[in-house]
Amino acid sequence: MEIGLSHYLVLSTILFAIGLIGVMRRKNLLLLFFATEILLNSVNVAFAAISHYYGDLTGQMFAFFVIAIAASEVAVGLGLLIVWYKRTGKIDLDMMTTMRG
Amino acid sequence: MFEAIAFYLFAILTISMFSIAVLTSQALYALTSLAAGMIFISAFFFILGADFLGAVQIIVYTGAVLALYAFGMMFFDTTRDVVEKRTSPMLVFGMSGMAALLIVLIFAAPIVSDNIAALYPVQEGVGNAQAVGMVLFTKYLVPFEVAAVMLLVAMIGGIILAGKKMDTSLTLLDEDKSPLSVETNEKAAS
Repeated sequence: MEIGLSHYLVLSTILFAIGLIGVMRRKNLLLLFFATEILLNSVNVAFAAISHYYGDLTGQMFAFFVIAIAASEVAVGLGLLIVWYKRTGKIDLDMMTTMRG
Repeated sequence: MFEAIAFYLFAILTISMFSIAVLTSQALYALTSLAAGMIFISAFFFILGADFLGAVQIIVYTGAVLALYAFGMMFFDTTRDVVEKRTSPMLVFGMSGMAALLIVLIFAAPIVSDNIAALYPVQEGVGNAQAVGMVLFTKYLVPFEVAAVMLLVAMIGGIILAGKKMDTSLTLLDEDKSPLSVETNEKAAS
């Protein structure tokens, strides 16, 4: 049985849906970051699969840039999270209601 | 045949690992299963012939990003169970609708793009890392440099936000009147 492009796209969709479930049900901000990492990884799988089945390297290039953006997002996000934790002692999303009008 | 077995094995492993990472209430279990899932994701890259991308996935994600998360978890109280969020039905409805739309688009995309042509085709006779280097340092040189500058900015931002004056928290210095920071100010003053 041959593995085609749609197999990888279906897998990528399933992983993206898992990440969306995580984004919807998590309240802890650290675990919310984990869910966003899952989202980025599922997109990377789709990029690599399309790059392989179309014989084009552009998909892999985009996957590299997605990885670079994910790394910088983690650095800045964890810095902000540590500052927030030092200020309030909690990293729950419900605490962050100061900007509500 | 071998490819199909490997694909299904790693698909089941990845989906179960990411499900554990999303559904568990222990932060440490979530981190560990996320790291395992990242390594299983890199197996797909090796199956697809993107060897360099698979190595980068292992080094950057499981080496750097998850180590950063592990260091970040030292600051937080991760022993207690994570309280689940009760989301509004509006948000759940909207995001499920977006996910359904995404699935439709994914299945429609290969039908629409049948006549697509490779912009930078894979060259014959060179390995994957060599081909990636050729394309990355000719066609994508400017985005590469911009990504390097962005990583530098993120590194400096992370150091300034998290690292500077770890004991007094410089972001609290002009926040004395904020009601959120009363306890930590007292803690820092004592």
